[in-house]
Amino acid sequence: MLKQTEGSHAIAECVALCRPEVICAYPITPQTHIVEGLGEMVKAGDLKHCEFINVESEFAALSVAIGASAAGARTYTATASQGLLFMAEAVYNAAGLGLPIVMTIGNRAIGAPINIWNDHTDSMSMRDAGWIQLYAETNQEAADLHIQAFRLAEELSMPVMVCVDGFILTHAYERLDIPTQEQVDAYLPPFEPRQVLDTNEPVSIGAMVGPEAFMEVRYLAHHKQMRALELIPRLSAEFRQVFGRDSGGLMRTYRAEDAETIVVALGSVNGTIKDVIDELRDEGCAIGAAAIISFRPFPSEALHELLSHAKRLVVIEKSLAVGIGGIVSHNLRMVLSGISLHAYTVVAGLGGRAITKASLRSLFERALRDELEPLTFLDLNQAAVNRELEREKAQRRSGPSAENILRDLAGGAL
Amino acid sequence: MTMQQIKFYQTGTFTVGNRLLDADQRSVQANMERTNSLNSGHRACQGCGEALGARYAIDAAMRASNNQVIACNATGCLEVFSTPYPETSWQIPWIHSLFGNAAAVATGVAAAMKVKGRKDVRIIAQGGDGGTTDIGFGCLSGMFERNDDVLYICYDNQAYMNTGVQRSSATPPAARTATTMAIGAEPGNAFGQGKNLPLIAMAHGIPYVATASVAYLRDLEAKVSRAMTVRGARYIHILVPCPLGWGAAPHDTIKLARLAVETGLFPLFEAEHGEVTSSTKIRRRVPVEDYLKPQKRFAHLFGKTPAVSTLAHIQETADRNIRKYGLLEKHD
Repeated sequence: MLKQTEGSHAIAECVALCRPEVICAYPITPQTHIVEGLGEMVKAGDLKHCEFINVESEFAALSVAIGASAAGARTYTATASQGLLFMAEAVYNAAGLGLPIVMTIGNRAIGAPINIWNDHTDSMSMRDAGWIQLYAETNQEAADLHIQAFRLAEELSMPVMVCVDGFILTHAYERLDIPTQEQVDAYLPPFEPRQVLDTNEPVSIGAMVGPEAFMEVRYLAHHKQMRALELIPRLSAEFRQVFGRDSGGLMRTYRAEDAETIVVALGSVNGTIKDVIDELRDEGCAIGAAAIISFRPFPSEALHELLSHAKRLVVIEKSLAVGIGGIVSHNLRMVLSGISLHAYTVVAGLGGRAITKASLRSLFERALRDELEPLTFLDLNQAAVNRELEREKAQRRSGPSAENILRDLAGGAL
Repeated sequence: MTMQQIKFYQTGTFTVGNRLLDADQRSVQANMERTNSLNSGHRACQGCGEALGARYAIDAAMRASNNQVIACNATGCLEVFSTPYPETSWQIPWIHSLFGNAAAVATGVAAAMKVKGRKDVRIIAQGGDGGTTDIGFGCLSGMFERNDDVLYICYDNQAYMNTGVQRSSATPPAARTATTMAIGAEPGNAFGQGKNLPLIAMAHGIPYVATASVAYLRDLEAKVSRAMTVRGARYIHILVPCPLGWGAAPHDTIKLARLAVETGLFPLFEAEHGEVTSSTKIRRRVPVEDYLKPQKRFAHLFGKTPAVSTLAHIQETADRNIRKYGLLEKHD
């Protein structure tokens, strides 16, 4: 049903349609509206056969989810930013145990300096934890991906993170199509766990594994993700059959067929990128884009194929690998074997810095002229940075740099 | 009940009573049909108090629940010695997730059982003192506060034994560990304020809290059985001597556990909704020296110049416990 709704609420409604049995909640901006929405549905009795548990930390949230999932319940939680880091040990554990938990990440920066706005540093920090990571471009896709995520998680017995840009998507209101219960039931069968804590068939889960078997167990986790490379497009195609629209898949290209320059990005920024590409295409530039939806598993083959005829690759990243540059571009290097092209890493939008059409257009124009540095910080206020560097040079006790920059930008020369 | 012909013999303690009881009053472990939830063949050290405590506790919980128990284990000795595959000793559904989250994992299992309408399945979380009083404390307190239907059992051997005997917040004052060396002006663990988990559990007002000891196994079984009659968050704190960490002979595990009680250093009591409802009286009060001396972790207190003031300080703690919990029979 079409309705004007908030991204978070649409996600909550879609999660509810998946008939979750245990939901754990701990507040952290910007994912809070999602669990609030679900809590309301449980409390009002609209979402039946579901336990909604308010826990004391994100570490507990995912730990409760681990217990519930191991006991055979379809389990959901959501977090962001510091919360994801606080549960980091359990993030790895849930994946290592092969528990099909679905978790939304309302993507947000990591402090210090503390910052509640959007970038991808949080989920990127957990990219190798063993979870499948799906990045939504729009709110419709964010909502839809959750339905696919439960199916994917449960078929593979592996947890799935659905990454949704904080505020840009979570708090945006737009017209969305919320599926019916019949549609979701047709797509998502009841949860049949591969392993379960059952008093009739006792098993030990989470035993100590030594060097004789650890490699094999870890390899199996990788193997499962390789299987997901086949499963994700299949589930997306099935989704289209049931729900009548395209959502998900490994990646989505845009005007990339004959493109000499390919822009790669994750999440909502792809909307702006597409607008700029349209403008440049109108002017005759051979430029296209690819939105990576599945960052884990990484669609290496598809990206290799896409990039094999390109001359330039521009990676727009909402995260920074301090000391080297980009994370997504670093991953893309793995697929560039045998391909000769100019590769540009652009770190953009950190801590919610707006990525505007004007900035992207100017950036792409420079890329088309091969005038970009290998690593660019989009819209960096270099003058403010230089003034802080000067302060640091001038005196040993120059003070906390975040506060210095803020004071500087406010015009105070205290 | 399957009966076994046994010979009467005197063990030098109250355990003899079990052999003289009617069959239906005997301990869970005396029953040939006991579940052996933690089966033989595990890799615990000789004289391990934790293995003994866990065996009694879980078997008692199994009997009380018609064998419907799921256990969630914190990382630690109990987890490590019981599970090197394929030799798992657990005959019950059992999960180990992390060091600090056993209580939360148990909450999750309990929620799953509730939503599936399996009220008959009972959930136990268990861990050592490190996993309970330190790293798992946040999750434990959360579980208490929500009054989740979980029995949490702490096997307290008073240090991080699995990693090589480092201090925990349950390590007693003056005890030598790998991180509280018996050197310097104040050898051993510092005299802090302690972290009394049973009292902290009581402060949450949860329906049932008890302390138990592997020297009083019938009492331990009775407390587990009592806990299983209650719904909501329950906590049992069992003192389990560790021969390795305490520097004691494996055959002294029971003796030391009993001395801890008889000195007053480890009071045995039960509490409901935050109020103490019973305490086990000390039959033969002994000075703390009797308990401390056989343990190498306290050897520095008994050198050429005994640490008189330190011993007096520890004795004060024991005396305070005796007053606080009414551990001595009143003789008018």
